[in-house]
Amino acid sequence: MNQVLSLIFAPEFGYSVLRVTTPILFATLGALIADKAGVTNIALEGIMLIAALSGVVFSAITGSAGVGLLAAVAAGGLVGLFLAYCALKLRTDIILSGIAINLMASGGTVFALFLIAGDKGISSSLASKVLPKLTIPGISSIPVLGTILSGHNVLTYLALAMVAVTFVFLYKTPIGLRIRAVGENPNAAASVGIGVTKIQYMALALSGMMAGLGGAYMSMGYVSWFSKNMTAGRGFIALAAEAMGGATPLGSLLTSLLFGFFDALSNTLQLMKIPSEFVNMLPYAATVVGLVVYTVQKTRRERVAREAAGPTGNAAASGNGATR
Amino acid sequence: MTKQQRLFEVVRTGLAILIALVIALVIILVVSDDPGDALYKFLLGPLGSFRHFGNVIELMIPLVFTGIAISIMFSAAQFNLGAEGGFFIGAIATAFVAIKFNLPPVIHPIVAILFGSLVGSLFCGIPAVLKVKWGASELVSSLMFNYIAFFFGLFLINYYLRDASAGAMVSFLFKPTALLPKLVPKTRISVGIFAAVALVAVAALFMQKTRWGFRIRLTGANAKFSQYSGIDTNAVVVYSQVIGGFIAGLGGSIELLGMYTRFSWQNLPGYGWDGVIVAILARNNPLFVPIAAFFLAYLRIGADIMSRYSDVPNEFVALIQGTIIILIAASSFLAKYRHKLVFKEATRAVSAGGDR
Repeated sequence: MNQVLSLIFAPEFGYSVLRVTTPILFATLGALIADKAGVTNIALEGIMLIAALSGVVFSAITGSAGVGLLAAVAAGGLVGLFLAYCALKLRTDIILSGIAINLMASGGTVFALFLIAGDKGISSSLASKVLPKLTIPGISSIPVLGTILSGHNVLTYLALAMVAVTFVFLYKTPIGLRIRAVGENPNAAASVGIGVTKIQYMALALSGMMAGLGGAYMSMGYVSWFSKNMTAGRGFIALAAEAMGGATPLGSLLTSLLFGFFDALSNTLQLMKIPSEFVNMLPYAATVVGLVVYTVQKTRRERVAREAAGPTGNAAASGNGATR
Repeated sequence: MTKQQRLFEVVRTGLAILIALVIALVIILVVSDDPGDALYKFLLGPLGSFRHFGNVIELMIPLVFTGIAISIMFSAAQFNLGAEGGFFIGAIATAFVAIKFNLPPVIHPIVAILFGSLVGSLFCGIPAVLKVKWGASELVSSLMFNYIAFFFGLFLINYYLRDASAGAMVSFLFKPTALLPKLVPKTRISVGIFAAVALVAVAALFMQKTRWGFRIRLTGANAKFSQYSGIDTNAVVVYSQVIGGFIAGLGGSIELLGMYTRFSWQNLPGYGWDGVIVAILARNNPLFVPIAAFFLAYLRIGADIMSRYSDVPNEFVALIQGTIIILIAASSFLAKYRHKLVFKEATRAVSAGGDR
């Protein structure tokens, strides 16, 4: 136990929390933007995979990590648009569209990897590039804080910056206002002349681009290759993190950090004599527990609010069970 | 649904499959050096030998189980994707009984399969309870539980059931009394196929002829309406998923005892996701599930054979599957024709009514 604590309180652990939080945070912000526009992007998992592969392939072809990053983000945006096309134009249920995209991504990336790299498991035969790490002058020389905060991949800093950018975008710009209006009540938004479909297309494209950044980080920062199904459910964890974060940018950051903590913990515990299966289970179990704790509190808060509002509120709120 | 509308749905499904196959054709043409041979292997390979066709039937059986499990949950509009984990953890539970218990033949597999099914139903019931009690999305929690089931299952195999004398990470051999007898020689088709046939009949009767099935369909179609008509929708939400989990666990158990002599899965087998495709193809109707499962199994085995004898990797089948899901579930796909059809029928009904 002491050994675990000493590992957790080492500054290196803080560093690794930020490192593993990065992809989850990008995906969670992606989930947030879609959710604010009233659409569920369950395809985040597949989008991250496609973006991760695109980044590796394009950086290997051009020899430039920057081009790889752009390709990953573009791929993410395109798949987001494709999801929007399926859900809004073809009117396929958005959950089913997302499942279809995830299936296509997990098989399709292996298919493409085999054609390009001649291997079904890993892209090590491609000379792909990695995005640079940044050492922040000033902060890096502070004892503990410097170890935690400095020397991260450039995308880790971008992810943290994106929390603020997303906040400003959603709450301080006219487009953000429209996105939230559409998510809040599409009919009301349409009645004041907002193009609901157009806004949702845009939100899903942005959501895809955000997940694309997460995918780029996976294959060009977290590790330096693409491997089969390397996202390992992070896109799904992001959905839980977004819900638990109360659909706000800051909440998303905090819950992403929480899952990042358990992810890092599972990496650290690998070194100890705990069955690795349990350790691997940790981030997912933490997600479920977190989701339950959050929803329990939410229902309790709502009940208190209802009782405060008097008996009339009861009938309206009791029908929640079967509706989504 | 009138006869014409049903015909329309058949045409629509056929067209979606055709479009997906055209995409497959294009991919093969682009990728392969010998596209003619690859295409031949893909489309006709499963018919090429008795063994290959046997493979199609072997693969079809688990797809029938997960397809029906998902159909029932989707009928109640519950996007519980725990069939994947339920299938896996059900198989683990069955392996436990098949290895650790000493029971007479016939009874042994029945006990093992029942135990596996119960574990599966518990597993899919958890997201359902979390949803009705606190409103946690069953979609998100069931996805997380799939990973938990996977790692927990591997833990049980590794620490309690692992055969150290075998080279790979596999369990001990099942007791011979637990194995399901083979039905067709030279294939791995077991008597489990009878269970699949029986399940199709029972599930169809359950969904169409019982009040529980009716409540599931009504809740799925319009939860608020069901609630106001006095149906306890929370109960429906829970039992639809418990039943779905039971069937998924049943499928995993029968798959394991029918096809294998020890537990050797190192990954989630993916049949839960395949069940989504089957359920969508079958329009959540248990009677159509075997057809959809056969189609998907044929596609898979065809792709496997093709990848073995040509230069096209079998993963391309995922692209076909995704296309089929999107097109068939797309309510706008051919919607114009549906509108015309409905309009024509309505005008005919009105004019017929006017004559009387």
